[in-house]
Parts: sequence; structure tokens; C-alpha cells
Amino acid sequence: MPTVTFVEHDGTPHTIDFVEGQSMMEAATNNAVPGIEGDCGGEAACGTCHIIITDDWISTTGTRSDRESQMIEMSPECQANSRLACQLVASKAMDGLKVRLPEFQM
Amino acid sequence: MKTKKNVLERAMVSVQTKVQATVPAERQVQAAHMAKKAQRLAGKGKPLVLTERPIPDAADVPLAELDVSNPFLFRQGKSRDYFKRLREEAPVHYMPDSPFGPFWSITRYEDIRAVDTNAEVFSAEPVIVMGDIPLEIAMFIAMDPPRHDTQRKAVQGVVAPKNLKEMESLIRERIVEVLDSLPTDRPFDWVDRVSIEITGRMLATLLDFPYEQRRKLTYWSDAISGTTEGTGGITHQDEFFKATAELAREFIALWHDKAARREQGETGFDLVTLMQSSDETKDMISRPLEFLGNLTLLIVGGNDTTRNSMSGGVLALHQNRDQFEKLKANPDLIPNMVSEIIRWQTPLAYMRRIATRDVHFGGQFIRKGDKIIMWYASGNRDEAQFDDPDAFRIDRANARHHMSFGFGVHRCMGNRLAEMQLRILWEELLARFDQIEVIGEPTYVQSNFVRGYGRMIVQLTPKSDG
Ligand code: HEM
Ligand code: FES
Repeated sequence: MPTVTFVEHDGTPHTIDFVEGQSMMEAATNNAVPGIEGDCGGEAACGTCHIIITDDWISTTGTRSDRESQMIEMSPECQANSRLACQLVASKAMDGLKVRLPEFQM
Repeated sequence: MKTKKNVLERAMVSVQTKVQATVPAERQVQAAHMAKKAQRLAGKGKPLVLTERPIPDAADVPLAELDVSNPFLFRQGKSRDYFKRLREEAPVHYMPDSPFGPFWSITRYEDIRAVDTNAEVFSAEPVIVMGDIPLEIAMFIAMDPPRHDTQRKAVQGVVAPKNLKEMESLIRERIVEVLDSLPTDRPFDWVDRVSIEITGRMLATLLDFPYEQRRKLTYWSDAISGTTEGTGGITHQDEFFKATAELAREFIALWHDKAARREQGETGFDLVTLMQSSDETKDMISRPLEFLGNLTLLIVGGNDTTRNSMSGGVLALHQNRDQFEKLKANPDLIPNMVSEIIRWQTPLAYMRRIATRDVHFGGQFIRKGDKIIMWYASGNRDEAQFDDPDAFRIDRANARHHMSFGFGVHRCMGNRLAEMQLRILWEELLARFDQIEVIGEPTYVQSNFVRGYGRMIVQLTPKSDG
């Protein structure tokens, strides 16, 4: 199975399997990754699935949409590569993906 | 080295800014008040008077006349059936005539989320309560992007998780003080002794408002959010203006007091200090209406919402004894229970929007300028989203998906603070008490917006081993 690694703010990594077609938020919450909450169920409506993509992966994942920007840009931890995990659909190309988590979700 | 002249000059400048800043805010409030009074004298803009009458059952009212703006609906226990009928038969429902004017009701979870996340078509301006309010105070909850974003960013640090982490032990200390002073040998009013007391202390801390005067915050908040014209509450317009003017006066004084103390080297994590130490907001005082708006929003937003969740949780656990036993057996459920309490209570029943253009929505044609009410109170009881939605279950798997904090750009800024206060309250309650018995029926607030309690009599039983 393809895997993705979520790295907590304090550096703790969580490597989990993902299923193609699901969102990275679903993958994380199904595997109880701490720090991804997903309060709106994946509609880009709550901002609690904020992740930061590392530079070497951003061309694979793509940058955030306007809808995502509306929510994440209010976070003081928002960075150029910030995205909402619920809007990132997992694909085979993302096998081995590494993302960082902010210290806090909104 | 400071010379005497320097100090004097600075004092002069400070007095001048003070005059410029205090006069306009208060005067604007007063001017608006006079205008309203003049209108009233001319026989126009008569204050709205609402009289409570028994509300018929939902099934006995023609669909077109089902009026969910009635501020007595929740008190009379009719809210559940009225919204259920709307969700089933008319999920996007038009009410052509109500004391608050014509409005659309959106009652299904998914529809509400869709409206709440589409700020372009559904504007939060100029106000977010159902009716008119006597004075439109510039609050970012009722502003659209990009103005909203700038304003929110400027103040959100005060309730950001980072700041909260530093405040947690102080919050706990203050909650413990309240709980340790409660009588266990006789019944008392939970709303007054616990819910109001804790939220008042919290807000006073957050704003560094004089601690002994914290009940003023409660009074201002209730008066401002409870106008008859706006929400069907019991505040007369004159009372609203009195409260707003008082709040303006006291907080502008607080700003100057804090500025002086900062010069002496005092630090803090309260709102005014944060504003004064950020480049974007350090001149906020020269924009007094904006300053007033931000403060009012925090005071009103953080007050009866959390208060009524503190009372609602006790009532829910009283009515569901099995859940209280489950909680005692497994205190790890507290965080999830907090979400379930907030879902079950839905402290704010709705937010309002205005259509910025003609739009087809849910099979209906909504015209530009129409008023739209997103009924969170109904979305939280939507059977398509929540299994057995009227049941209170502290281990409900998707309790966190409740919509009591709204969704989209306006999603509640104080949600983490509210959750933290409730979590600590329940941790400390479980450590002390075996039973929390509600005696008789609580009284309910008159409002179509705030879902809360006036009085709730409670008897505590201390833990036998504690
Ligand atoms: C259980 C407690 C609370 C509930 C149920 C609640 C509910 C809400 C709701 C429904 C909204 C509007 C969401 C929307 O339009 O989509 C909101 C916004 C807001 N709330 Fe809360 N609230 C609570 C506690 C607090 C606290 C403790 C504070 C602050 C100290 C606070 C401050 C605010 C602010 C500033 C906004 C405006 C956010 C914006 O427009 O960007 N709230 N809240
Ligand atoms: S889950 Fe709510 S924004 Fe992603």
C-alpha cells in the first residue's frame, strides 16, 4: 500500500497507509493521526486539517485553491505551501509523501 | 534621561488623543440614540412588542405559516417539531411575514454548510441577527472578506491556541475557586453561581477588565444581544444605547490605562495589550467604532454562548442519567462530551445572510436582497447527518461535526477557548461531585437567537471519598 507521513510540530512522524481516491484528511483521521481534526467532514469549511507540504512535493500535490485559501490564510501559521488535507485527493504519485503539521489547528 | 518637559509633553499628547478618541465613539452612540427617539416621537419606528401566547403544534399549522422566528419557540418546547417539519417538507422555506420581516429558513445540515461557506453569494453584512438593530456596530462577524479577514487577523491572537495554552492553568484556578465556593447542603441557582460567574471571570481575564466589575460584562452582553427588534428578546432600545455607551466609555478608558501601564513596563496576554503591541492594531483607538466593534464582538460572542453550554450540559446529563454514569466510568470521554453538549445545546440558533444576487438554491428562487436564516439549531438535529439526533450521547462518534460554531470564514474564533473552559469545568466537577441534580424546570431565555437559561436550580452531592 502507498504511504504518507505526517510530521507533528514537535517532529514526531506518523507514517500511514492511504487508499487512492480518499482525501488525505480521511486517511489521517481514519488512522487517528494526532493534530488532524476534520471538524467539517471534509468540505474546506472548518480549517482543522491544515498541513504544510514540503517544497520537493509541492509540484506533485499542487498548490491550494481559492476555497482553501479562504480558510487557511486566517491561520497565523499559514505558509506558502499550506493546504487543507481534505482537499488533497490521494493518488499513487503521492506514495512516500511527507507533510508537516502546524502547531495548532484553528 | 527623561526631562520634566518631556513627560509633560507626552501627557499633553496623551490627553489630546484621549479627547479625540473618546468623544466620537460615545457621541456617535448618543447621536444614534437621539435619532431613534426622535423617530419614535414622530410615531415612526415604534418599538416592537411581543406577547407570549401558547404556540400550536407543528402539525396543526399550514406549512406556509410555520413561523420559526417566534422567540418563545424554544421555551415552549416546540422548536424540535417545527424544524423537523421544515427539514422534511420545506428545507428551504419562505416566511413572507414575521415581526422581523420576510425571511428564508435553511434547515438541513448540508444546505446550511453550503450557504455558510459561500460568502460571495450570501453576505453577512450588515448584521447577523434576524431583525434590525438600533445601531450597527462595526463587527467583523458581520463583514465580508476581505475586510473581515483583516479585522479578524488583528485580534484572533488573543484566543489563539498558543495564548490559551499559557492561560490554561489560570483558567483552571478560577474555575476551581468557583466550584469550591458552592454550597452542597442546599439548592442554588447554577446559572448565576457557576455559568455566569465562570464566563464573567474568563472574559475579565481575557480583556484585563477590572475583576470586581466583571458582572458589567454580563449585563452589557445581555443588553446588546437581547433587543426585541433584533432577536425577539427583552431589551428596550433605550437600554441598548445605555449599555453600548457605557461599554464604549469604559473600554476607551481601559485602553488609555493599559497604555500608561505598558509604558511602565507592564506586560500581559489580554486583548488590549495584544492590540497595542501589534503594528496593525496599535492605533486602533483612533478608529473608535472599530475598536468598540471588536470588543463588543468578543464580549457578546464569548459570553452567553459558553454560559448556556455550561448550564445545558448539566441539564442534558440530568435528563440522561445513563450518560452521567458512563462519564463517571470513563472521564476520557470529556472532550467528546463537550462537543456533544455544544451540539445538543446549539447556543446560537442561527446566523443570518443576505443574498448578493438572484440565486437558485434547494429548488427555490432566492432574490437579491432576500434575508436568509441558517438554522444551526436545525442542522444539528438533522437525521441525515446525526444518528438519532435528539438523543444526547457523550460518545457520539461524529459529535465534533456539529455546526454550532458555524462554518467558513466566520467559523467561531473562540471555539478553542469555549471547549477548553467546558473541558476544565467537567474535569473539576467530576473530581468533586457524585450527583448534580436539577430541581424543577429551568427557565428559558426569550429569544429567537440565543438558546439559553435564565435560572436553573441545582443540588450537589459531594463525592463520598473526596
Ligand atoms: C460554545 C460557545 C460558542 C458558540 C456556540 C459560538 C458560536 C459562534 C457562531 C455560530 C459564530 C458565527 C459562525 C458563522 O457565521 O459561520 C461565531 C463567531 C464568533 N465567535 Fe463564537 N461561539 C462560542 C464561543 C465564543 C467565545 C468564547 C468567543 C470569544 C471569546 C467567541 C468569539 C467569536 C467571534 C469573535 C466570532 C466572529 C468570527 C468571524 O466572524 O470571523 N465565541 N461564534
Ligand atoms: S476537514 Fe474541515 S477544512 Fe478540511
